[in-house]
Amino acid sequence: MATADTKLTAKKVKFVVTRQDDPKSASYTEEFELDYRPGMNVISALMEIQRNPVNLKGENTSAVCWESNCLEEVCGACSMTINGKPRQACAALIDNLEQPIRVEPMRTFPVVRDLVIDRSRMFSALKRVKAWIPIDGTYDLGPGPRMAEKKRQWAYELSKCMTCGVCLEACPNVNEKTDFMGPAAISQVRLFNAHPTGEMNAEERLEALMEEGGIEGCGNSQNCVRACPKGIPLTTSIAEMNKATSKHMFKRWLGV
Amino acid sequence: MKGFYSRKLHSLLGVIPLGFFILEHMITNFSAVEGGSQGFKDSVALLNSLPLVIVLEIFGIWLPLLYHGVYGMYIAFQAKPNNTRFKNERNLRYLLQRITGVLVFAFVIWHLYETRLQVALGNVTHEELGGVMHDIVMNPVFFILYLIGVISAAFHFSNGLWSFLVSWGITVGPRAQRVSSYICMTMFAIVAVLFTWSLFAFRGVEFQAEGTALLETIRVFVG
Repeated sequence: MATADTKLTAKKVKFVVTRQDDPKSASYTEEFELDYRPGMNVISALMEIQRNPVNLKGENTSAVCWESNCLEEVCGACSMTINGKPRQACAALIDNLEQPIRVEPMRTFPVVRDLVIDRSRMFSALKRVKAWIPIDGTYDLGPGPRMAEKKRQWAYELSKCMTCGVCLEACPNVNEKTDFMGPAAISQVRLFNAHPTGEMNAEERLEALMEEGGIEGCGNSQNCVRACPKGIPLTTSIAEMNKATSKHMFKRWLGV
Repeated sequence: MKGFYSRKLHSLLGVIPLGFFILEHMITNFSAVEGGSQGFKDSVALLNSLPLVIVLEIFGIWLPLLYHGVYGMYIAFQAKPNNTRFKNERNLRYLLQRITGVLVFAFVIWHLYETRLQVALGNVTHEELGGVMHDIVMNPVFFILYLIGVISAAFHFSNGLWSFLVSWGITVGPRAQRVSSYICMTMFAIVAVLFTWSLFAFRGVEFQAEGTALLETIRVFVG
């Protein structure tokens, strides 16, 4: 009897999860209620559902699918929309969330299943803008130029980007009507163009930003900088790249 | 033309020449407040005395307006506003920029039809424009539509100037963008007030005399 009493008074946590069985089927919501545990977050709650996939009506259901890796907000895999805000589920503490907690996939991206999304477009964008530093050669190229410490400090902030997709989800210009690559890749151009060795290929990256779906897609809503879980100054990066591409445009016109 | 250049051109034309034009228009209208009917006539006459006035109109107003308007519609309808999810001021201005853009486009077509086109068709002379405006703004519905039109135009111009500064990489950091926000929003207030003030001035009785005679002509065209 004692156990029954504690069960009655135990704090519960209610979830409304948006689910989808496969990429083409329609989405639906399913409700779950879990026992509260101190310090729990959305990922630990999803693990709880996985262990015991029973919905609020008491019916057996399939376990909710999601993606996660690091569980410390550095990998970017567990991005989802929680109570309307795109964010990392591992850093979403239940204590800080209003109930019922609404968990949805970030629908700017194709949904694979339940909360699993396909972020390939972000990686394609990184490839398009050549977000790397080419150092391979047939012989040892030797040490590159040094980076000034002051520059390294702000560039480090940009390197925190984990391609999580939250900025694309927050952007009103990233949608099915446009081919805008989104803020993340633009900020990476700034990062790699700031690097003393990366700078040697700066123009290639700027030209990639001037292609279709590049930097011109920004509409200055500035949601990205407010949504970024890593606090990356995305709008400063975009404005800086606006300046660099504008300069490059005039240089190209007047230089030949 | 590649998206990058067409968007850059859109941004540039919004400020040069269209931004200058809206300020010029604001000052010309204000002569109706300062100098009444005669003052407004003098200002219109001054503008029409400019050399190559038709060339200035075509390349300084109509073509830029056509490009900025049509390409602007394309930009506006590509947006997928999410203001209920992201309630920040910049995001609200993003939405308002697009809404006012559409409103101003419709307003400008209507306004051009009533004024410049009627002059071109010979139904109205430049001297009679003050009277035409009087007739329009004495209609309560049209007056409200004009108020919406000029306030939208003032916002679209001022906020567009703010975005222009970002899009050309002039204001880069958050502090610069905040300060330019204050300046541009102050400008919005000033431009909106001056245009509104002029609209009230056009309601004055001194514009009436030449107005009534034309009322019927305009009615025929406005339907």
